[in-house]
Amino acid sequence: MDRDQASQHQTGKDRTTVDPLAVVSGFARESRSLWSDARSRLLRNPVAMAGGAVSILLIVVAIAAPYIAPYDPIHQDLANSLAGLSMKHLAGTDVHGRDIFSRIIYGTRISLQIGFLGMLLGCVVGVILGLISGYYGGWWDTIIMRLMDVQLAFPGLLVAICIIAIIGPGLENVIVAVGIFSVPLFARVTRGQVLSLKEQEFIVAARMMGAQDGRIMLNHLLPNAVAPLLVLCTLRIATAILTAATLSFLGLGAQPPTPEWGAMLSDGRAYLAIAPHVATIPGLAILITVLSFNLLGDGLRDALDPRLRV
Amino acid sequence: MLRYILRRLLYMTPILFGVSLVIFLILHLVPGDPARLVAGLDATQEDVKIVRSSLGLDRPLPVQYLSWLGSLLHGDLGRSARTHRPVTQELRLTFPATVELTLSATVVAVLIGVAAGTIAAVRRNSVFDYTSMVVALLGVCTPSFWLGLMLMLVFAVKLDLLPTTGRGGLENLVLPAVTLGAGAAAIIARVTRSSMLEVLGMDYIRTAHAKGLAARAVVLRHAVKNALIPVITVIGLEFGYLLAGAVVTETVFAYPGVGWLLVEAIGFRDYPVIQGALLLLALQFALVNLVVDILYAFVDPRISYG
Repeated sequence: MDRDQASQHQTGKDRTTVDPLAVVSGFARESRSLWSDARSRLLRNPVAMAGGAVSILLIVVAIAAPYIAPYDPIHQDLANSLAGLSMKHLAGTDVHGRDIFSRIIYGTRISLQIGFLGMLLGCVVGVILGLISGYYGGWWDTIIMRLMDVQLAFPGLLVAICIIAIIGPGLENVIVAVGIFSVPLFARVTRGQVLSLKEQEFIVAARMMGAQDGRIMLNHLLPNAVAPLLVLCTLRIATAILTAATLSFLGLGAQPPTPEWGAMLSDGRAYLAIAPHVATIPGLAILITVLSFNLLGDGLRDALDPRLRV
Repeated sequence: MLRYILRRLLYMTPILFGVSLVIFLILHLVPGDPARLVAGLDATQEDVKIVRSSLGLDRPLPVQYLSWLGSLLHGDLGRSARTHRPVTQELRLTFPATVELTLSATVVAVLIGVAAGTIAAVRRNSVFDYTSMVVALLGVCTPSFWLGLMLMLVFAVKLDLLPTTGRGGLENLVLPAVTLGAGAAAIIARVTRSSMLEVLGMDYIRTAHAKGLAARAVVLRHAVKNALIPVITVIGLEFGYLLAGAVVTETVFAYPGVGWLLVEAIGFRDYPVIQGALLLLALQFALVNLVVDILYAFVDPRISYG
């Protein structure tokens, strides 16, 4: 229902604008919804489709990790320490003889989990704050947006490190940290959407019909803010994954023997001269994942609204 | 102009207050007894008691905050729980290294970014354009710690041209500066390219071509000047982000800067040092942004100072 409503409002706004020339010539363009327009634009963008395909593949790998990983990711085989790439160990082994390929597969699970959950946390909190800030305005708006400004005044990584310094290292805490540093962006985008929507007729009409504030915000305002939020969500997954890997690399995130990419890379540093693959492969995994979500996000942005710049 | 600067300073005050409050609260938000945290993990019961009364940790929070702020303004950040040296001394030892690294990374980023972006725009749709934009895209997505290790692997381990870690002469700075500057170079290249493309399409550029100026002169003397205005903002912003990125790069190369100090301190739960390092980095970031805003107003006369 959300989607239909969203597209209807959007259609009412600008998507049905009929080409005057077409009317004159008797061929009015068939009206299409925002989403089907966006879908066809996205399908025509090969770079974004490639990003999307790899993203989906990564999600499948993450879900099916126990079935496709050839070895137990934390099983040690010290006789096979630091083995190179072979048919038996596709990506070699680390210093404890653990199969790096299996660890990368399980690492996909960890990284995507952090990326999705961190993004979701930032999205939920940010959207609620943005809705309140934009809808009620006044003091609510001032207080919430000033708080967001203070956080946005500093680089995300520094904010995340500060949060970890307070709540301590660990995987769950990394999710909280990347979630919190995403909050201001979601709040800002939501607030901007609410401000541009709340004086429009359909909102005024809803209010006249006696809809409660909460209902207006969730049923009428939020569905219309979905497009830019979706773009932001995709891009934030990439940022969250990269930041989480960075924190783990610094020793502030996943702790051994967790097969987290950043932590694996950090482990490989000591053996750079004798077994460079230990550090190289997890880095490639991070790069591919971040790149594919970024490409998908950029493509979604161009498809949903070419004017939009998050 | 003076009014603009003053207003900008005024605008910064609440942000700095917010930051100081958050950093002050770190000690009280961490689970456990703050006095024990400050005294260090190996402190005896006696030490903890002394720390508690000397820091006034038994007083109400607002009073503590004000006295903390007071000693902060006198340059007193407490003592490291690990080395027992004053935090200010620890920061003074590491800060120059971070500034050196950040500045050289900025130079690397600007040189590569502006040059690549300009050439890509002038030779639009050429092989160079496509290659540099793909590399720029990869540059944004590459984890800097991985890039650092790969550069170390090639230039220090395999080719044995540069030292792997530590701080010393210029040769110690090359790899960290390139590692840190790469991401910023990628962003600067993209902004330069799009800004150049916009400027190159303008009438006055066509006029310059029409009056018979050499293509080189048109680009270097007429286009670049105007195309660089938005690039300056990005450079300023990136400089700030490089300060945060330095935390990672310094750890990769065991380069003794403030970021390295911060990560070490978190590992040892050395809270006075954590607070000091975060405060210094945050302050520096805010100051850089202030300077960039003011510079921007100087460079672009269209900005009103009102």
